[in-house]
Amino acid sequence: MRARLLALALLLLLAGCSSGGTRDDGRITLRFQSLAWQEESVEANKALVREWNATHPDVRVEYVQGSWDSVHDQLLTAFEGGEAPDIIHDASDDLADFAYGGYLADLTDLLPARLKSDVPQRSWETTTFGDGIYGVPFLQEPRVLIANAKWLKRSGVRIPTPEKPWSWDEFRRITEQLSGRGKYGIAWPLKEPVSATLNLSLSTGGQLFHRGADGKVTVRFEAADQVVPRTIHAQAGTDRSASPTTLGSGGSDTLPGFFGGRYAMVPLGFSYRQQIVQQAPKGFDWQVLPAPAGAGGLTQGVSPQTLSVAEDSPHKKEAAAFIDFLLRPQNMVRLALGDWMLPTGDRALNDPALRTPEHGWSTGTALAAHLRPAPAQTVRGYPEWKDKVATPALQEYYSGAIGIRELRQRLEEDGNLVLARYQR
Amino acid sequence: MRTSRPARAGQYTALLAYLVFLAFPFLWLVSTAFKPPRELGSLHPTWIPDDPTLANFRQAFDEQPLLHAALNSLLAALAAAVIAVLIATPMAYVVARRRTRLAKAVTGWVVVSQAFPFVLLIIPLFLVLKNLRLINSVPGLVLVYVVWALPFALWMLAGYVRAVPPELEEAAAVDGAGRVRTLVSVTAPLLAPGIVATGLFAFITAWNEFFFALVLLKTPEKQTLPVVLTHFIGAEGVADLGPLAAAAFLATLPSLVVFALIQRRITGGMLTGAVKS
Repeated sequence: MRARLLALALLLLLAGCSSGGTRDDGRITLRFQSLAWQEESVEANKALVREWNATHPDVRVEYVQGSWDSVHDQLLTAFEGGEAPDIIHDASDDLADFAYGGYLADLTDLLPARLKSDVPQRSWETTTFGDGIYGVPFLQEPRVLIANAKWLKRSGVRIPTPEKPWSWDEFRRITEQLSGRGKYGIAWPLKEPVSATLNLSLSTGGQLFHRGADGKVTVRFEAADQVVPRTIHAQAGTDRSASPTTLGSGGSDTLPGFFGGRYAMVPLGFSYRQQIVQQAPKGFDWQVLPAPAGAGGLTQGVSPQTLSVAEDSPHKKEAAAFIDFLLRPQNMVRLALGDWMLPTGDRALNDPALRTPEHGWSTGTALAAHLRPAPAQTVRGYPEWKDKVATPALQEYYSGAIGIRELRQRLEEDGNLVLARYQR
Repeated sequence: MRTSRPARAGQYTALLAYLVFLAFPFLWLVSTAFKPPRELGSLHPTWIPDDPTLANFRQAFDEQPLLHAALNSLLAALAAAVIAVLIATPMAYVVARRRTRLAKAVTGWVVVSQAFPFVLLIIPLFLVLKNLRLINSVPGLVLVYVVWALPFALWMLAGYVRAVPPELEEAAAVDGAGRVRTLVSVTAPLLAPGIVATGLFAFITAWNEFFFALVLLKTPEKQTLPVVLTHFIGAEGVADLGPLAAAAFLATLPSLVVFALIQRRITGGMLTGAVKS
């Protein structure tokens, strides 16, 4: 009897929690999957959705929380099953397979001229695959040097500005000058060494991926590609000006050492400032400096955050209209402030709230014009090249296990074998 | 045989070291959950927060629907555990007692099923559940958890059934008990620890499961706790450590409570001396 009752209760329990269908009252409901995760950013996104819903009674937007940690797998399954959200938040370097796979809508004719002209062409290039535009790039972050301001001032080194940045040579000399007695001029968090190295190498004219006349891409690790890796290698190995222990760490892992006065500088994404503001000890004086410049000036590669529309969505026009609303200049500023990142839109970028020197905002906005699409993001086979070839090779090089010759050999020979498989 | 004093001391030291090894991550989690952001960035972290705070818990609850997610998890895990045990118990009895080809085949299936990585299964599974209209529903998730837990539950319970001497059932039969009476009054009580252990296994597996829940549940009000926990992690693995630790600490509590409540049931040695051999 008890077993029967238990089974009955279980059935009732399950019946009670089964999914309900959407009411057919003529209203359109769009699902917006956001990857916002910091408190301020989640709040900004939710507030914008509320504002949209208040002014658009016929097109209701439902906020769905996604996660950066698992977005690719989750979207892939949702696309395959025809259950993807209508509006998709992601990053441009994750879009190639989805765009080529036909899962994302081509936004070329869906976006208004205002938005198209507000976002610069260099940003649109990050979401253009073939002839179509498959996402709107809206937030991005350069890699900057977060520095212990007191330490730098005391040492008397020249403080770089976006107008007069350090060269890579000068940067190396200065980190050596700042080091000694168990302290380091810099701590490179290179858990993910490939994107950091490649994106910074644009500043030295590095290209690494070369597209031939036949459209096929090959890897060539030339002199300009070697400046950044050689500098880091020398700092960690020869000069002892970079902490050897952080080479395998993530950005957050370097912060305790930075706050504790062990490292004078840490190269981090611009948005790390939020963590620094939260975690820095009282009275800790820090500042944002531009990354060193080379033959390519301050140029850096970035993979902006994007908003896309699912190809399967029956309401693409409405979804594009919501994206347009979300990315109006004043709204883009709110999203940028929430995520501590830079907006891509020119008008948002000129907002006084993002031009203030406080927390290094003005240094970041001064770098915006130098941001270019990350070199690898349109290369098919890049994820495998990165995981199987480039990451272990760079990690071994930075730790001193192999030299530049072997690094080059592995990146080029092993790397081209991988890429060739994707370009048959 | 008596163990010498130094050997016993060695045993306790090893046990203590093992306990410390097991407890360290949990204690660190608890410590982190009560630390303000400034202490999280300290170069010399302490076990006891200098300035303990509940702000991380407040923030975790403000930002994410933790209670609702916990309820979904509890529902899915309890349902999965109960159903898995209900199905696995009679199956395990048959597999353990009847030495037929089918029993061998079932054992083989159990072993093979454990070898499949779930990333291989997820897309076909997703399509099947979609056709059954079970995507984005807790019953759909429960179904997956039951199927996922069943082979191991069956295997585990079959072991417990084998440990019950058939002589006890024969003795009951000699005393005039029918088949059902024997099963209910003799076998079932002796299997109780096994059933509890299996249920616990199924519960904890479902409670902690992440990937199926991530893929199968779409709307926020259906999401389970492990999925909601990832919302505290941002791009490039940067985590909102304080609220994440607070939420993760709360997420471990139900497992601990369930385990504490039923661990006394998992007692060994009940059958010692039941029959002469």
